[in-house]
Amino acid sequence: MAGALLTLISAIGVLRLPDVYTRSHAISKSTTLGMIFILMGTLFYFWLKHDHFNSRLLLAIVFLFLTSPVSAHLISRAAYYSGVRPWEGTVRDDLAERRENRTKSAE
Amino acid sequence: MTVMFYIALALLSLAIGCFVYRVVKGPTVADRVIALDAIGICLAGIVAVLSILLETSVFLEIILLIGILAFLGTAAFAKFLQKGVVIERDGNH
Repeated sequence: MAGALLTLISAIGVLRLPDVYTRSHAISKSTTLGMIFILMGTLFYFWLKHDHFNSRLLLAIVFLFLTSPVSAHLISRAAYYSGVRPWEGTVRDDLAERRENRTKSAE
Repeated sequence: MTVMFYIALALLSLAIGCFVYRVVKGPTVADRVIALDAIGICLAGIVAVLSILLETSVFLEIILLIGILAFLGTAAFAKFLQKGVVIERDGNH
């Protein structure tokens, strides 16, 4: 029962993505949070309702939590070094200052 | 209570649709790779909700597998974008 609520909350969190999906970091972080909620909901559902503690699900949560920042960092680093500059097409205002700082510090 | 799971499933499918749009139209290659990674993770979430709906716990290994595959694919694409090759060679042999 706790799983249903958490899953709904996380699905709304995943649905938040169309606002920010140009930013690869935002996609990575929001998807990770939503998926951790969903997997925890599934874990608690099977644990509380069926008395079946699934350790593979816990392992999946830990693995996702570890590898998602790593993959986001890898891909943004690769994009920077290959000269793609993925942050040039964004229109969000609160990121512009940060972006300028970042390009300045990169130069 | 089952309706909530169906709603969650629909929202996840909508999110995957947005990611597919990003993959098709993405301005850079990095955006496409990130969206592909997110599609993989969303697929894992759909498998989780589906295993709740179908009352089985045999799908739960698939979630771990999908997560590992998504991470490996993203890492390989990052290496390819940065250096042009996936597996490096020294040139000595």
